[in-house]
Amino acid sequence: MASLRSGRRTVVSHLCRAFTGPGSHLAPERGAPRRDAAPSRVSRFCPPRKSCYDWIGPPDKCSNLRPVHFYIPENESPLEQKLRELRQETQEWNQQFWANQNLTFRKEKEEFIHSRLKAKGLGLRAESGQKATLNAEEMADFYKEFLSKNFQKHMYYNRDWYKRNFAITYFMGKVALEKIWNKLRLKQKKTIN
Amino acid sequence: MAASPHTLSSRLLTGWVGGCVWYLERRAMQESPHKFMHLFRNINKQWITFQHFNFLKRMYVTQLNRSLNQQVKPKPEPVTSPFLEKTSSGQAKAEVHELRPISPPSLPLSRKANEKELIELESASVIEASIDVGNATKEEKQWKEMKLHVDDLPGILARLSKIKLTALVVSTTSAGFALAPGPFDWPCFLLTLLGTGLASCAANSINQFFEVPFDSNMNRTKNRPLVRGQISPLLAVSFATCCALPGVALLTWGVNPLTGALGVFNIFLYTCCYTPLKRISIANTWVGAVVGAIPPVMGWTAATGCLDAGAFLLGGILYSWQFPHFNALSWGLREDYSRGGYCMMSVTHPALCRRVALRHCLALIGLSTAAPILDVTTWTFPVISLPINLYISYLGFRFYRDADRKSSRKLFFCSLWHLPLFLLLMLTYYLLRGTRRRTVWKEHKNIYTSLQASSLSSAPGLFSCCNKRVYEN
Repeated sequence: MASLRSGRRTVVSHLCRAFTGPGSHLAPERGAPRRDAAPSRVSRFCPPRKSCYDWIGPPDKCSNLRPVHFYIPENESPLEQKLRELRQETQEWNQQFWANQNLTFRKEKEEFIHSRLKAKGLGLRAESGQKATLNAEEMADFYKEFLSKNFQKHMYYNRDWYKRNFAITYFMGKVALEKIWNKLRLKQKKTIN
Repeated sequence: MAASPHTLSSRLLTGWVGGCVWYLERRAMQESPHKFMHLFRNINKQWITFQHFNFLKRMYVTQLNRSLNQQVKPKPEPVTSPFLEKTSSGQAKAEVHELRPISPPSLPLSRKANEKELIELESASVIEASIDVGNATKEEKQWKEMKLHVDDLPGILARLSKIKLTALVVSTTSAGFALAPGPFDWPCFLLTLLGTGLASCAANSINQFFEVPFDSNMNRTKNRPLVRGQISPLLAVSFATCCALPGVALLTWGVNPLTGALGVFNIFLYTCCYTPLKRISIANTWVGAVVGAIPPVMGWTAATGCLDAGAFLLGGILYSWQFPHFNALSWGLREDYSRGGYCMMSVTHPALCRRVALRHCLALIGLSTAAPILDVTTWTFPVISLPINLYISYLGFRFYRDADRKSSRKLFFCSLWHLPLFLLLMLTYYLLRGTRRRTVWKEHKNIYTSLQASSLSSAPGLFSCCNKRVYEN
């Protein structure tokens, strides 16, 4: 199995190299060590060499959030770098929160179902061999309990999310204005020359 | 003064708009089908024999059925999620990814000779690797460049502004305008609809801007433009601003300041009160009901320039309608709300949820009786609307008593056709009260004459239409 897994990695790295090429300035080479640190979270996606845009992927299995692969331009200004880093950090923070939230939910739901079935005296499987489940009304107690247990956690998350969202949008606006300003300055220089 | 054909047709048109919109909403409720057959075709492209295909089919069916009997124990890997049950987001693709970590010895292989088993094992491992590559390539294909194409922009902005909901809001505003006393003024009517529509687009865009990670986690909302990265948050906010400013300006200077103020207030209520409150307290439902009640009031104030009893009656009807509509809808979304951290009555106070829905169904009967008392319609209206009001109350009662998914869905879908029909009936029986309008209008005329003297009337040309129109009659 180990040999097969390494075989899998080789195939994927071949694909990656085919996409990015040797002299690419895109994030994959810089970001590769970062990505290996958290293999379960980040995909091995490498955007095409010619692209100078961010790329967005399919929803993550655990967090349901779509990961974004940020493009790093060659002449990235400090403001652009700050924005990109903020977005990257927010993305990781968000992914972590929701992955944890969803996994906790699933785990606690399973535990609740097992305990309720035990209390009822039923096994984990119904007669047909299908996994026994509780109906929506029985699950309602669990949903209520889960919501109230996580209320404080959500309050902190909401506050942080709103702050980050505003900050990102604000910096996006600043970056956009900076770009417009630079373009105008360039035009001015050209007309003077 | 009998209603002219022109007036009659214009008022009926507004009723039809409402009728068409509920149909659009119903279609929006349908969910997209699973895409697992697409994967099947992908696997078939690999080199594969019939036995291998059967093996894969068995594995796939295993994952799909999710029964403990047939489940194969996955190898302990950090990537695998420990529970192979359906997530509430219902991703068919996620199910496919579960195929990867399978340990060959524990597989329920067919009863064959040892050599054949060995061949199968090896082939299975190779297929596994090829599936891995297949999955990896498939996953890579799902990555999209975040480049905005101008052709896509109208569709994206329509989804961002929740255009169907906006259409519903605009139709309730048109009902409010049509039901208000006074002659029907087309320019004013169109300005009101445009202004309200723009304000609604702005509010919906800001709502989506705030809720990106929450929308990602709910089935109903996971395909929104910001969630899918089709548009940047900056563009969403800019679009909202570009809708809000002209919308409010149109309402304030093109219609009247009262309608403009209500528009601003409603945007604020929806974006800054209702949206954050959804995650803090169940009071959000009542705030949301007020948000839904304000558009017809805006229509009324656009036509009359003041907040009188009729405006409150219409607002009250829409307010009461929100509860059976929303409470029934939220009954089926309890799991998503709980996981996502939304404070909804259906999760925290289920009995209250059903009680409130029933209460407001009955309130609709009371409000329809108030309509002739306030001279909005004839006395025939409460009689004619009684059957549909009793029916929704009956469904409300069934929901209250049975508290199950079936009764909640019935109540929800009933609310979708009940409202446009109710408003249409109201409009019909309003038109049959032609003579009343003139007498009521004379009382309001004094208020308008004093308004004319104010700075408002100095607005040039078209934009002063709503101030001038009545005095000329």
